[in-house]
Amino acid sequence: MSPQARRKVWSAVLIVGFFVLWEALCWLFNVSDIIVPKPSQIIVTLWQRGPALWPHTLQTLYTTLVGFGFGILIGISLGVLIGSSKLAYDVAYPLLVGFASIPKVAVVPIFVLWFGAGTVPAVLTAMIMCIFPIVVNVATGLATTEPELEDVMRALRATKADILWNVGLPRTMPFFFASLKVSVTLAFVGTVISETVASNRGIGNVMMIASSNFDVPLVFAGLIILAFLGVALYAIFSLIESKITGWAHRKDEFAMG
Amino acid sequence: MTTATELPRTEDTFIELENVTLTYGRGDKQVTALGLTNLRVNQGDFVALVGPSGCGKSTILKLVTGLIKASEGYVYVAGREVGATPIRVGMAFQNPTMLPWLTVRDNVMMPLKIVPPFRQEYGAKKKTEFRDRADALLKEVGLANFGDKHPWQLSGGMLQRASLCRALIHEPQLLLLDEPFGALDQFTREELWAVMQELWMKLKPTVLLVTHDLKEAGYLATRICVMRTRPGQIVDDAAVPFPRPRTIDMSYTPTFVSMTQRLRELIVSQRPVKETV
Repeated sequence: MSPQARRKVWSAVLIVGFFVLWEALCWLFNVSDIIVPKPSQIIVTLWQRGPALWPHTLQTLYTTLVGFGFGILIGISLGVLIGSSKLAYDVAYPLLVGFASIPKVAVVPIFVLWFGAGTVPAVLTAMIMCIFPIVVNVATGLATTEPELEDVMRALRATKADILWNVGLPRTMPFFFASLKVSVTLAFVGTVISETVASNRGIGNVMMIASSNFDVPLVFAGLIILAFLGVALYAIFSLIESKITGWAHRKDEFAMG
Repeated sequence: MTTATELPRTEDTFIELENVTLTYGRGDKQVTALGLTNLRVNQGDFVALVGPSGCGKSTILKLVTGLIKASEGYVYVAGREVGATPIRVGMAFQNPTMLPWLTVRDNVMMPLKIVPPFRQEYGAKKKTEFRDRADALLKEVGLANFGDKHPWQLSGGMLQRASLCRALIHEPQLLLLDEPFGALDQFTREELWAVMQELWMKLKPTVLLVTHDLKEAGYLATRICVMRTRPGQIVDDAAVPFPRPRTIDMSYTPTFVSMTQRLRELIVSQRPVKETV
């Protein structure tokens, strides 16, 4: 078995083992469903309530992806703006860190005030959650581009746009994708926060209502759905990353002598 | 020591530095990199700039590309002030600076993507033609089957060959070489001199070569300019009389050795004398 396959097998064993242990501990200590439901019970709940949960799952996924999409657009634009000059980088950074340190939960009521409850504040919350890592990574990637690489282009009388397009952005891709993996999970956090506070649809809302009804298995079913969506999107972006930025991850290959 | 023997201005003059002074910084920290430097280079010439480190050799290259501006004096390229006439410039540095995300072929083709008139033709129509051209050039420097490789899969010498291809693919009128063979071992270096000579004899660009290696200067250049430091200035300008194509064996003949010896003494005498307290 190759080391890579072995790693995958062990990952799977760990995940299955985690749930088995959880189940066993619940049986052993006779834990009440209202405190922590057993994994088997959560699966049953997912199966029985699946048809009812499905539209909410789609709603959460949709909201997250739209917010994430806007986040990427704005994140890249701001990142390029800030990263393309040393001055802009130094000037804008404190403000950016200031915005980033605001707890995003605190912003949801403001969005609700402006746009009403529903999808819009959730999209916006998802968006602002994921902008910061993207901006920072894109800006850092651009700002740390080796001057020699730019010199080659400048000697050819390349325009600023040429240099950005042919050197700056490709070089920034590994940074960008690293930030996407972080951001996509943050976008979920944003969506769920907003759905919990002000929405009548989405997994966040379902979990909110379920917990006020002491329907704890349903709350946990929601958590499992969120975790699954998060892992799925993470995996998709990892795959795209390895396709596009393979040049930056080449540990296993040897250079020719 | 007499001042540099200057070439007269003629129709063939391609590069002209007229009383160029370049200073960095301001106030007490001001450093004069070049002081009243004069240099004329003819079309199709191969000029080597040698001298002690810090004498402003690379500065001259940057002035000629227009990457930096002279504090005083004039730089003319192709008959007009630098930058006024867009000429095609190729450049190669000591560090091969290949872009790691592109294949070697795509790296070599990069200038075609940037420099007019190729830039406008870079679309689908001419792409195959450009690819063939890059492959032909790679073949000429001995990298025939390496076009699809990525830079990290090549050795330093191979990368420097690819870097030469990139400097020449757009048929530059002016080729600027900033110690391109400096980081290579002796054998690879001598091999690349032969490659360089062959390419130059075929394409005939005007070349400015900055180097620390006198043998390299003697092998490649038609003229060798010796510079001194503080302020940087050209103090000697001599033609290299050997016929082409030159060989490594030639560098062991008495005339060649005495030429490099003379240059060496000149450069050593230019070193700033250590002040004794």
